[in-house]
Amino acid sequence: MTGSARKATPWWLSTPALLLFTALLLVPLLLTAVLSFNVYDAATGPRAGEFTLDHYVHLFTDSYYYGIFWRTFWISALVAVICVLVGTPEAYVLSRMRNPWRSLLLLVVLAPLMVSVVVRAFGWSMLLGPEGLVNGLLGIVGIGPIKMLYTETAIVIALVHVMLPFMVIPVWTSLQKLDAGVENAALSLGASPFTTLRRVVLPQVMPGILSGSLIVFGLSASSFAIPGLLGGRRLKMVATIVYDEYLHELNWPLGAAIALVLLVANLVVMLSYNRLVEGRYKKALG
Amino acid sequence: MSRNGPFALAFNALVIAFMLAPLVVVCVVAFTPENTLTLPTTEFSLRWFEAVFAHPDFMQSFWNSLRLGLASATLATLVAVPAGLAITRYEFPGRDFLNGLFLSPLIIPHLVLGVALLRLFALVGGTGSFGFLIFAHALIVTPYTLRLVVAALVGFDRSAEQAALSLGASQATVFKRITLPMILPGVTGGWLLAFINSFDEVTMSIFVTSPSTVTLPVRMYMYATESIDPLMAAVSALMVAVTAVAMIVLDRLYGLDRVLVGGHR
Repeated sequence: MTGSARKATPWWLSTPALLLFTALLLVPLLLTAVLSFNVYDAATGPRAGEFTLDHYVHLFTDSYYYGIFWRTFWISALVAVICVLVGTPEAYVLSRMRNPWRSLLLLVVLAPLMVSVVVRAFGWSMLLGPEGLVNGLLGIVGIGPIKMLYTETAIVIALVHVMLPFMVIPVWTSLQKLDAGVENAALSLGASPFTTLRRVVLPQVMPGILSGSLIVFGLSASSFAIPGLLGGRRLKMVATIVYDEYLHELNWPLGAAIALVLLVANLVVMLSYNRLVEGRYKKALG
Repeated sequence: MSRNGPFALAFNALVIAFMLAPLVVVCVVAFTPENTLTLPTTEFSLRWFEAVFAHPDFMQSFWNSLRLGLASATLATLVAVPAGLAITRYEFPGRDFLNGLFLSPLIIPHLVLGVALLRLFALVGGTGSFGFLIFAHALIVTPYTLRLVVAALVGFDRSAEQAALSLGASQATVFKRITLPMILPGVTGGWLLAFINSFDEVTMSIFVTSPSTVTLPVRMYMYATESIDPLMAAVSALMVAVTAVAMIVLDRLYGLDRVLVGGHR
């Protein structure tokens, strides 16, 4: 085989995938970016040759839209915080268990990841409804019934359920790299269990916690089925408003603008993980 | 190693209950004999499962999802195996770019992909085409197959390949008789993971399906926004069953813990 033919081989091998990704990812994203600048006419739809910044200006000046962006932001941040507070100790407790419990319970925590999010959303709508199990239990202790379904509470609870595996996985992975000897050394040198946890374990799983919380935040911000089914008709998040613009209002350029703002925000969050975690911790941990 | 205290175990029990609650409740309510979403207490009934199988829309969507999952997982595997070979076996400028591009559907919101593909399909007149839908699903499940193919190729002893080549076997024979059999667990594992993800996908599909190509999760989403009855619970229970079967096969073939947490036990 000649040198230049050998150089071309990886490109030949990648050609099928590259064609697929060019035709169905790069080109459509570019088309959508163009569409988001197209003038929209309520009577005739988007005008191909005419461009405007109106849709983006609209998003950041109309209180309806920036209100939805703000709600999406704080719900996602709250879900990320709850996932850190629940997922980190859960991963730690699981990692200290013995097999077979350890493998089995890890699977129970992670497996819901593979069940369609529509099924999980429907499950929560049954649990949180006025006649649901949660209100039934609250009724026994004399509280409620509390209206949870179609409120932000329902969205947050269901999102935590969907996102928790994404928090447990990176924390679990960094716990596996942890040398149990260091923990035992700290304990045998007289550190309290709490101090050991705070000074020895926590700093080493910090990269996992950071990466998990960024993933959870990003996925929550773009979640669609959970707010769609548990938020009802009035409680919108970014993804459900894009759906409305596309399929009910038929204002595709505005929908495209919202989707692109979401995409850019998401990429900034996801890629900042690399800089944050790898830059800061690779040096410290070698 | 120090043990978990009672407080830690109680916390763990609560988290486990929280994770299981919605799935368990869906599966139990599916057996209700009543007309409303109530937990069956005295008797169990299969009437809502019969109702699902007699419901033409749900059945059509089920077959759509099944065919779509099979076709898109196969297509994704066909493009991911050569791409995986290129990424693991060759040093070339553009390698990191290709790797990043092929994994990017994992970090691009499915909503954005749905919107973008709807625009493309509308322009080329592909709205409602099942063929286009297969390509769209192949795009979002390719990262899953690629990751497992790459993992299989990275931990690979190449001496058998080199022996075969030095004994005069052609490149094609070496791939067919040595490389492929050795990475087969990763390939089949990736195929199954791709199938599960295609079968469950809702956010992108809702933008690019038409009434005749609606997938099961999209049908369920639309049904649930309008009415809530035990029929929905029965469909959900069937979904959980299909996913559970696929997961058990995946576990036997490849190891679920390796898929979920990347090989750390």
